[in-house]
Amino acid sequence: MSFDPKRDYPLGTERPDLVSTPGGVPLAEVTLDALRAGRIDAAEIRATPKTLRLQSEVARAAGREPLAASLERAAELAAVPDDLLLAVYTALRPRRATAAQLEDWAARLESYSAGKTAAFVREAAAAYADRGLLADA
Amino acid sequence: MPTGDSSPMRSRRFASRERRELHREQLVSPFPELGLIASGGPNDPEPELVVEGGVVTRMDGRAAADFDVIDRFVVAHGLDLEVAAEAMVLDDTELARMLVDIGVPRAELVRLARGLSPAKLARVIGLLDPVELMLALKKLRARRAPANQAHVTNLKESPALLAADAAEAARRGFAEIETTVGVARYAPLNAIALLVGSQTGRPGVMTQCAVEERRNLELAIRGLVTYAETLSVYGTEPVFVDGDDTPWSKAFLGAAYASRGVKVRFTSGTGSEALMGYAQGLSMLYLEARCLAAVRAAGSQGVQNGSISCVALVLSVPGGTRAILGENVLAAWLDLEVASGNDAIASHSEIRKTAKLMGQFLPGTDFVTSGYSVMPRHDNTFGGGNFDADDLDEWLTIQRDWQVDAGIEPVAEDEVLRVREKAAHAVQAVFVELGLPPVSDAEVEAATIGYDSRDMPDRDRAADVEAADDLLARGVSGLDVALALERRGFGDVAEAVLSMQRQRVSADYLQTAAVIDAEGLVHSAVNDPNVYSGPGTGYRLEGERWELLQSLPNVVDPAELLGEDAEDEPIVVERGKAARGDDSAEVVVAVGPAFADTIRRTINDLSHRDVLQAICDGIHDGGAVPRVVRVRRVADVAFIAHEGAQLSGSGIALGIQSKGTAVIHRSDLEPLDNLELFGMSPLYTLESYRAMGRNAAGYALGQRVGPVPTELDNFARAKLIVRTTLLHARETQAVQPGAAPVELELAVPVASP
Repeated sequence: MSFDPKRDYPLGTERPDLVSTPGGVPLAEVTLDALRAGRIDAAEIRATPKTLRLQSEVARAAGREPLAASLERAAELAAVPDDLLLAVYTALRPRRATAAQLEDWAARLESYSAGKTAAFVREAAAAYADRGLLADA
Repeated sequence: MPTGDSSPMRSRRFASRERRELHREQLVSPFPELGLIASGGPNDPEPELVVEGGVVTRMDGRAAADFDVIDRFVVAHGLDLEVAAEAMVLDDTELARMLVDIGVPRAELVRLARGLSPAKLARVIGLLDPVELMLALKKLRARRAPANQAHVTNLKESPALLAADAAEAARRGFAEIETTVGVARYAPLNAIALLVGSQTGRPGVMTQCAVEERRNLELAIRGLVTYAETLSVYGTEPVFVDGDDTPWSKAFLGAAYASRGVKVRFTSGTGSEALMGYAQGLSMLYLEARCLAAVRAAGSQGVQNGSISCVALVLSVPGGTRAILGENVLAAWLDLEVASGNDAIASHSEIRKTAKLMGQFLPGTDFVTSGYSVMPRHDNTFGGGNFDADDLDEWLTIQRDWQVDAGIEPVAEDEVLRVREKAAHAVQAVFVELGLPPVSDAEVEAATIGYDSRDMPDRDRAADVEAADDLLARGVSGLDVALALERRGFGDVAEAVLSMQRQRVSADYLQTAAVIDAEGLVHSAVNDPNVYSGPGTGYRLEGERWELLQSLPNVVDPAELLGEDAEDEPIVVERGKAARGDDSAEVVVAVGPAFADTIRRTINDLSHRDVLQAICDGIHDGGAVPRVVRVRRVADVAFIAHEGAQLSGSGIALGIQSKGTAVIHRSDLEPLDNLELFGMSPLYTLESYRAMGRNAAGYALGQRVGPVPTELDNFARAKLIVRTTLLHARETQAVQPGAAPVELELAVPVASP
C-alpha cells in the first residue's frame, strides 16, 4: 500500500506494516516473548533510514521544511557509525578543523551515502572560512 | 530639610517593605550598551530583507558580506523567499493584529512567519501587550492540549528516590521527566531509575538525562532515554562560539540525535547574551528572535525558551516578564514546540514569580514549565525549583480556580504512596537483576515516604559509579531493563519499558510537540494540532478532565458539612410564646432560630450552652436580669436583636446567631442600627460573651458604657466563609415565617450569683 504522509501518521499505529527494525523484525513482533526467546537485541531497537525518511515526508507534508530536511539528514546518519557521528560533530565545532579536514569528513559521509549531510558540512566550511572559525592549518 | 543630623529620617513602612523577600533582588534601569534592555532597544536594526536575483543581499541592517554565522544560517535554511516577498511588506501593526485575530488561522500566521526576518518578528511581537500575547500564545501553540515537564533529581543520586519521584511525576500527569547528574559517571544509573520509575507511574512518559553530548547519545542509543533538550543556541556570534558551537554543529547534532531515535528540543532564551558579555548592544527580545530563527532553520521540532536560567536577569529590567512571554509567542509563531521555562527560580517573591507564571499558565503551552520540581528544591540539581513539591497544592488549586489545565493532576496520598513504593521496589529488582549494588528495603521505604534525600540512607557511591561504568561496558540496554522487570514480577512495567523501545523504532515522536499517552499513542502537532479559533474551539478544560482537575484530595462535600450537629441532651426548653417584659432591669437574650437546637456550637466551636451561660453571667455581673427568647421568623442578627429589644422591659436586647455573631440593640433604634456589633465570631471566647452581657446590662441600667474592645482578623473571612455560609444556611432552614418568638429556659438552670 502506498504511503500518504498526511494520513498515515503515526506510523506505529496507522501503518505498522511500513515499520520494522533494521534486521527486518516487524514492529508488532518487538515483544517480551521475542525478547525472552532472544529473537531481538538492542541493536534492533532503532529507526531505520526508511522509517526516518517516512517521518521526513510527514514533516514536509505538514509544511515543516527545515524539520523535514533535518530528518533527511537523520535518515542518512542512521547508517553512520557512532564514532564517525561524534567525530564529525566535533569537527564542526568552532576552530576544530581546517577546511581540508572538513572536506575529508564530508567525503567520509558521502562514502555512507550521506550526500545531503556532506553538503551541509561543506556549506559550514565555507561559512567558517569567512568568519574565522576554521582551525589554523 | 538637612539639619546636620547624620541619620536620615526613615519611614517604618519603607523599612518594612525593604525586609520583604522581593528586595533581595536587584532592579536596574535599561542599559542598552550591555544588552540590559528587554525589547525595542535603540540599537536594534530596522527590519529589512533585500533579495536580488533570488539571493538575500541584505537582512536587518547588514549586507551579505557582513553576515555572521547566525545570519548566514538563517538565510540558508530558515527563510522562504517566496513568502518573504509577501510578508516583509506587511505593516507591523497589521501583522500584530493578525496574531490576535481569531479569524486568522494559525496555519496562515505560521506560513507568513517563514518569510519574516528576525528583526521583523521581534518588532511585531513587541507591539503586543500582555493579554494580547496570551491570546496569541493560546492560538499559536503547536499541540492541541497543553502539557508539563518535571525535574527529578536528588543530591545523593539515590536510585530508589529517583524512581519514586519519577513515578509520582508520571502519575501526576507530567508528559516528560528530566533528570541530570551531580557526578557524570552516574548517568546510566540515573537514566535507568528514571525510566523504571516513569513507566511505573504512567506508561508512555518520555525521559531524558541531561549530560554531555557524547554520554547523552550513548544513553539514547541504549534506549535508556527518549529525548534531549541540551542543544543551546545564542543570538550573537561571539556567544555562540564561546558556547563552543555554531548553528551548523548544533543542527548536525540535532540530526544525529534524531538518527538515534531521540526527540530533540533546542534551548535558548533572553538574557543569555548579556550574561555572557556579548549582547552587542542589542535588546534581549531581538537576540532571541535571532536564536529562534536559527532553531527553526536547524530543523528542530521545538525549543525550550522563556529565558530559562537567565530569568532573574531579564526580570531586573523593565518589561522583562512581558519580553519572556513574547519570546514564547515568537517560538510558537515559528511553529516550534515550546517548553516555556518557569523552571529556574525567577524571584524570591512568591507573588512576583506567580504573576510571571500566569503568562504561560493561562494560555497553556506545549510544556507549561520546562521542569517543575516534583521533589523539594533542596534536591533540584538543575538550579531549578521555581515551583516545587511544596507548591503542588497551590498549583492544583490555581488550575481549579481558573478552570485551566496546566498539566498536573491531583492524586490522593495513598495512590502516590502506592506508585512510589512500587517504583522503588521495581528499581530495586532491576538493580539485583543487572548486578548493580543492591537497593535496600530501608531505601525503598524512605523513598516511598521521605521528604527529600536527607531522609535517604547513604549508599556506597564509589561502588555505584564503578557499577555504572561496568554497566556501560557490558552494553546494558532498555531491553535488559524490560527483561529484568519481567523476571522479577513487574510484568506491567516491563511492558511499558518495552513499549518505549517500540516507539524508538517507529520514531513518531520526532514530529513537532509529540507526547505519548498511556496507550502508547503519539499525540503531536501533526495528528493532534491546536486549531483554536475563538470561544467554543480548540482545547477547553471540560468534561472528565475538568472533573479530575477540580477533585483535589482536600475538597469537601458541603452536604457533609451541612448535616445536623449530633443529637445531645437538650440545651434549652421552650416555655411558650414570649411576652413583652415589664422589668426595667431586664436584658433579653434573643437567639436565632437554630440556636442550641439544630446548631449547637458557634463557628469558634464554643458550645451554645456555655455561650448562653457566659452571656447570662455577664448580665448578672452588670446587675441586670437575663431573659432568653428564641426569634423564629428571621435569621439575620440585626432583626433577631431588634425583635428581642421590642420584648425587653429595659428595651435592651443582646441578639445572637448560631454561628456566634452578636448585636446589642435598643428598641427605639432602626433594625439595622445598633449599640454594639460583634461581627468577629471566629475570635470570640466565653470571656468575650461575658463582656457583651455586662455591657448589655450597663445599657439596660442607663450606665455609661465603654464598648467591648474590637478584635480584628481580616483572614477570618477567607478561612471560614464556607463554614459561615453553611452554618447560616442551617439557620435560615430553621426560620418559620411569621412565627412569634418563644420563651426559652436553659435545660440546666443558669447558675445565679
